[in-house]
Amino acid sequence: MSELAAQNYNRSKIHPQKFLLWIGLASLVMMFAAFTSAYVVRQAAGNWLEFRIPNMFFYSTAVILASSLSLQASYAAFKKNNTGAYKKLLLLAFVLGLTFLVMQYLGWQDLVSIGVELTGNPSGSFLYIISGVHAVHVLGGVGVLFVALMHAYGLSHKVTEKRKLRFELTLTYWHFVDFLWLYLIVFFVLQAS
Amino acid sequence: MAAVKYTEEEELLILEEGHDPHFHDHHHGDDKYRMSFISHYIFSMDHKMIAKQFLVTGMFWGIMGGLMSLVFRLQLGFPEESLAWLKPVLGKWITISETGVGSLDPEFYYALVTIHGTVIVFFVLTAGLSGTFSNLLIPLQCGARDMASPFLNMLSYWFFFLAGVVMFASLFLSTGPFSGGWTAYPPLSALPQAMSGSGAGMTLWAVSIILFVVSVLLGGVNYITTVLNMRTKGMSMFRLPLTIWAFFITAIIGLLSFPVLFSGVLLLIFDRAIGTSFYLSDIYIGGQALDYVGGSPILYQHLFWFLGHPEVYIIILPAMGIVSEVLSVNSRKPIFGYKAMVYSIAAIAFLSFIVWAHHMFMSGVNPFISNFFVLFTLIIAVPSAVKVFNWISTLYKGNIRFTNAMLFAIGFVSMFISGGLTGIFLGNSAIDIQLHDTYFVVAHFHIVMGVAAFFGMFSGVYHWYPKMFGRFMNPVLGKIHFWVTMIGAYAIFWPMHYTGMAGVPRRYYRFDSFEAFSYFGEINQFITIAAVVVFAAQVLFIINFFYSIWNGKKQTTVNPWGATTLEWTTPIEPGHGNWPGAIPVVHRWAYDYGKDGRDFIPQTEPLGENESESH
Ligand code: HEM
Ligand SMILES: [Cu+2]
Repeated sequence: MSELAAQNYNRSKIHPQKFLLWIGLASLVMMFAAFTSAYVVRQAAGNWLEFRIPNMFFYSTAVILASSLSLQASYAAFKKNNTGAYKKLLLLAFVLGLTFLVMQYLGWQDLVSIGVELTGNPSGSFLYIISGVHAVHVLGGVGVLFVALMHAYGLSHKVTEKRKLRFELTLTYWHFVDFLWLYLIVFFVLQAS
Repeated sequence: MAAVKYTEEEELLILEEGHDPHFHDHHHGDDKYRMSFISHYIFSMDHKMIAKQFLVTGMFWGIMGGLMSLVFRLQLGFPEESLAWLKPVLGKWITISETGVGSLDPEFYYALVTIHGTVIVFFVLTAGLSGTFSNLLIPLQCGARDMASPFLNMLSYWFFFLAGVVMFASLFLSTGPFSGGWTAYPPLSALPQAMSGSGAGMTLWAVSIILFVVSVLLGGVNYITTVLNMRTKGMSMFRLPLTIWAFFITAIIGLLSFPVLFSGVLLLIFDRAIGTSFYLSDIYIGGQALDYVGGSPILYQHLFWFLGHPEVYIIILPAMGIVSEVLSVNSRKPIFGYKAMVYSIAAIAFLSFIVWAHHMFMSGVNPFISNFFVLFTLIIAVPSAVKVFNWISTLYKGNIRFTNAMLFAIGFVSMFISGGLTGIFLGNSAIDIQLHDTYFVVAHFHIVMGVAAFFGMFSGVYHWYPKMFGRFMNPVLGKIHFWVTMIGAYAIFWPMHYTGMAGVPRRYYRFDSFEAFSYFGEINQFITIAAVVVFAAQVLFIINFFYSIWNGKKQTTVNPWGATTLEWTTPIEPGHGNWPGAIPVVHRWAYDYGKDGRDFIPQTEPLGENESESH
C-alpha cells in the first residue's frame, strides 16, 4: 500500500444525513405517485362518483403553507441569533401544523356530511385514504417540530453545526410534506374538473 | 467514555477523523473496547456482522422454502402415495383416511405454494442476497469504515427479522397461512372469507410484507448514500467494481418500486379491514351479494407488478454483480466491456419499470396497450444479451481457476441464458395466450430467477467466505454441491417447459385426475425425485457452511484469491472500522488482471510512470 487516505473520505458537500433524508423522500414520492396513478387508472375505468372537494381542504392548504413559511423564517432567525423570533416562529409553525391536522379532520367530516363515505364509491375512498396517509406523515413532522421546540425552549441558543443540521433536516421534511399536500390538492382539483 | 485512554493507533485515528461524530462507535478490535455480546452479535451496527445476520436468516428461510417445495412436490409427483408419515410435522394438514392413507389438505397445498414463493422471493433472494452482499461489500469495496448510517442499517435487519417472525407465526394459525399465491391477487387476498388462508393468514402476510418493505427502504437509502458519498479517495464511480454498481442500482430500483407495493398492500388492507372497494366489485359469495361496488382487481395487478417486475431485477442484478467479479478474478482477466456492463445494468434497471404489464397479457388489459409492453419487454433482451456476451468473452482464453465460486458463476451464466431465452417466448403476447399460467412460466422464472440468483448467492458465499469468517469452506463438498445442484436444477425445470407447452396449468393440486394431463405422471415423478436430490445437496452446503465457521481451513494470507479490490487489503479479521490504520487510497480501476505481464495489480497501487489507466 503506497499511500493512505487521511480520513473517512466524504465526497460531496452535502451531509450524509441530508442525503439519506432526500433519498427517503424520493421513496415517499413514489408511494404517493402510486396512489395518484391508482386513482387515475381507477377513474378511467368509469363508475366514478363526482363531487366537489369541501372548502375546508383549501383552507387547510393555506394553513400548512403558512406553517412552512413560518418555519423558514424561524430558521433564518435561528441563524441570525435572533432568539425571540426563532422561538416564536417555531411555536407558530408547530401550532399551524396541528391546526392543519384538525382542519383535515373537519374536511373529512364535511365529506361525510355531503354523503361521501370512506367505504362507498372508490372516488371518495381515495380522497380519504390519500389525505389520511398524508396526514400521518404530517403527524410525524409535528412530532419532529415538537422535538425542535423542546430544544428551542430547553437549550440555550447556540448556532452549532449539529443544531443547524438538525434544524435543516426538520425544515426539509416539513417543506416536503407541505409541497406534497399542495401537489395532492391540485391533483384532486384537476381530476375532479 | 471520556476517561478512557486511547492507544497510539487510535489517537492517530481520532486525529485523522477528528470531525467525525461516528468515531466513538468504531472500536478497533482492541480488547478494552470489546463490545458486549449483545451489541456485537445481536444489535450490532457493524456492517459485516449485519451482513452475516442477513445471510443466516436468509439461509433459514431458504431451508423453510425448500422443505415446503418438497412437500408439494411429493403431492404432485406421487398423488396416490400416503403422506401419513408427515402427520407428526404437519398435524391436521394431513388427513388420514379409514384405510390409513394420509393425504395433504388441498388448502394447505396452496398455502405451501404461496409461502414458498413469498419467502424465497423476498426473504431469501432479496434480503438474503442483496442484504448480505450489499452490507458486506459496499463499505469494504468502496473504502468506507461503515455504512452512512449504521443505526438505520441495524434497523433494516431487525425489520426484516420481524417480517420473518410474523410470516413464521402465520404458519401456525389454525386457519393456515395465506394461500392465494405469492402475488396475492384480489379477491382471494381481499376477502377474508374467500378461503381459509384469506383470513388471519392474509392479515399476517400483509403485515409481514409491510415490515419487509420498511426494511428494504432503510437498507436502500443507506446503500445509495454510502456509495455516492463515502467512497475513498481516488475511487471514482468508474473505478468501482461491478458488484458495487449492481448493488447501487439495485438499491435505486428498490427505493422506487417497493413504495408502490406498499401503497398497493395498504389499499388491500383497507379493503379487508374497513370495507373500501378499491379492488372488489360485484362479488357474490354463496349466492349472497356483497356490498363492494366499483373496485377493480386489475388495479391491484398494476400496482403489484409495478413492483413485481423490478423486483425480479432487484433479485438478479446483485447476482450479476457478484458473478462479474468472480468471473474476472478467476479468469485472471479484466472483465470484458466494463462500461458496457455498467450501462447495461442501468438500461435493464430503466426498462424494468416499463414492462410490468407483460404479467397481465391475459388479465384483460387492452391488447393494444399490450403491444407497447411486448416491445419494451423484448428490448430488455438486448442489455441482457450484452451482459451474457461480456461474461463469455471474459472467460474466453482466460486462465481459469475452477474454484467453487467460479463454478457457480459459470453455472449462473448457463442458467441465465436458458431462462432468459424462454422469457422472449413469454414476452410475445400472442404466444403468452398458450403459455400463461402454465408450467412453462414456472420453468422460466425458476431457472432465470430462482436458480440463477441462488447460483449468484452461492458464488458470493464461497468467494467471500474467508472475508466473513477468516476460513475457507471445504472445496470437495463444494464441488459435490455444485454438480448435483447444476445437473439437478436442469432435471427439475427442463421438463416443465414441455408440460407447460402442452398446457399443464400451474398451481393445481393434482393432475392425475385430468385426462389431458395425467400422462405426465412419470415426468412429475422424475421432477420430484430430482427435487429431493437437489435439496439433499443444499443440506450438504449448510453443513459445510456451519462446519467451516469453526473448522474450515484457516485463511493465512490477506488476499487469498489474488484480487485487486479493497476488501482484501484489510486484516484477515477486520475490526469494526475495517482498516486499523487509515483507509487506503485508490489509483486504478478494479480489473487490472494480467496487465503488463503481471498477474494482478491491486487498486491501491499508483499508476506507473508510463502506465495509462485501462478501461
Ligand atoms: C429476456 C428477459 C425476460 C423476458 C422477456 C421475460 C418475460 C416474462 C414474461 C412475459 C412473463 C409473464 C409470463 C406469464 O405469466 O404468462 C414472465 C414471468 C416471470 N419472469 Fe420473466 N422475463 C425475462 C427475464 C426474467 C428475469 C431475469 C427474471 C428474474 C430474475 C424473470 C422473472 C420472472 C418471474 C418471477 C415471472 C413470473 C411471475 C409469476 O407469474 O409468478 N424474468 N417473464
Ligand atoms: Cu416481468
